[in-house]
Amino acid sequence: MELTLLNVVIAVTIAIGFAALNAAYLVWAERRGAGRIQNRPGPNINGPLGLLQPPLDGIKLMAKQLIIPGGADKALFIAAPVLAMAPAIVSFVTLPFSDTIIAHNLNIGVLAIFAFASLGGISLLFAGWSSRNKYAVMSSVRAVSQAIAYEIPMLVTVITVVLITGTMNLMEIVEAQKGGIWNWYFFPFTSGLYNPLMTMSFLIFFICALAETNRAPFDLGEAESELVAGFHTEYGSMGFGLFFMGEYANIVIGSCLTTLLFLGGWDAPLPVLSFIPGVVWFLIKIYLIIATIIWIRWTFPRTTIYGLLNLSWKILIPLSLFNLLLTAGLLKVV
Amino acid sequence: MNVPLPNADHLVGIVFLIMIGLTITGGVIACNANRLVRAVAGLVVCFVGVAGLYYFLNSPFIAMMQMLIYVGAVAVTISFAIMFAAPEESKKHGPPGTLAGPFGLITAGLLFGGFTLLALKTDWQVHAKINDGSVETMGKLLLTEYAMVFELISIVLLTAIIGALIIARRGRSS
Repeated sequence: MELTLLNVVIAVTIAIGFAALNAAYLVWAERRGAGRIQNRPGPNINGPLGLLQPPLDGIKLMAKQLIIPGGADKALFIAAPVLAMAPAIVSFVTLPFSDTIIAHNLNIGVLAIFAFASLGGISLLFAGWSSRNKYAVMSSVRAVSQAIAYEIPMLVTVITVVLITGTMNLMEIVEAQKGGIWNWYFFPFTSGLYNPLMTMSFLIFFICALAETNRAPFDLGEAESELVAGFHTEYGSMGFGLFFMGEYANIVIGSCLTTLLFLGGWDAPLPVLSFIPGVVWFLIKIYLIIATIIWIRWTFPRTTIYGLLNLSWKILIPLSLFNLLLTAGLLKVV
Repeated sequence: MNVPLPNADHLVGIVFLIMIGLTITGGVIACNANRLVRAVAGLVVCFVGVAGLYYFLNSPFIAMMQMLIYVGAVAVTISFAIMFAAPEESKKHGPPGTLAGPFGLITAGLLFGGFTLLALKTDWQVHAKINDGSVETMGKLLLTEYAMVFELISIVLLTAIIGALIIARRGRSS
């Protein structure tokens, strides 16, 4: 397609709209799901099934005053939530939703998404530091050490997939998994290079995605029982709203990546079912993953910071490195 | 009134200018900020701008690496160091170095003049594309033509890691 101003504007609008709509309604899904799991109704007053709750929350947040605490670093305090949200939007540029729905098919799509995601860490640091609040600083230091710890096994696992397919282009990675559920990379023995450990790398990637997006049971950055509310303690109004939206947008990106790398993207689970458009399969898959993420949050208690870092450095990193070696070996043999 | 709608070329030009602006603004903030954390923020802005320039130089891979390594790792490490090192109140002004004052101005002037001369006198050759800038080409070049440089850089990094470990060890009592 030709690059025109209109195309650019449309693509950006769709990306922002998709991210914002998802953020708003995932909050609703989360609260309804939490209600179901905890045996209570959840938000059900506003509109049918409480579906009007997200826009009302949005109006409430926007109508509030943005209070900047005394002694805070004003410029950084305002920049941090923007920095949390913007990379998430940019990542949608290179995420394919089906073989035709993609804004810009970058050759290094996987790398681009991780590069943009790395801006998130710095936004947490700035948010915590500029708030002038001990709890916020503690929390941002925690969140960043966690992000660094889990970025390593995540990237090593991604390298495994990149080794198998020989490309960093997300479209081609999905192409390589075409032809039914047994070709998807989470499936051991039959997919990829007949690697028996693919299910494990799928699990490693999923755990790391949970940790990278600061989701329970790894939400130590905003452990409200210890740190008030973590790095966004001092944020009110839309500043908080942006952090919240950024978090949910990141969850969507994480599930998209999991789907693209391990669950065959828009490929139908059985070749017979491929008459259903790919984008439908893709959306089904990402929302199943998101539902699992919400389910996990309300089922498991939060870990401790030591448990969290030990899990990454002592278990996930060695396992992912071993899998990388095994994959490299298989690449020579098969 | 027939105002032409800006087309894609204009848009690309504007983005290019934004990137140059980001690089320069970030650099200026990094040098002149009173608070160290703001200087790091300036550095981050500068890195993002430079990454954008790499993208325009037909090397998206380098651009992404710039973001991943410099913004995601180096800037985070620097801000960690600053946060743990000195509280912001105890900012100290040391004695000005020998280059401060007139010498500094002269040095700056000489550098500016030199670079200007260099920029104006050099016969710049415009290459449309040196290679396709893809990961494959780069990987092959790194492991064949530039293998020596590649290995040397890893030795430099290894030395840095060992040095950091030794310095960290010395501070411990046991």
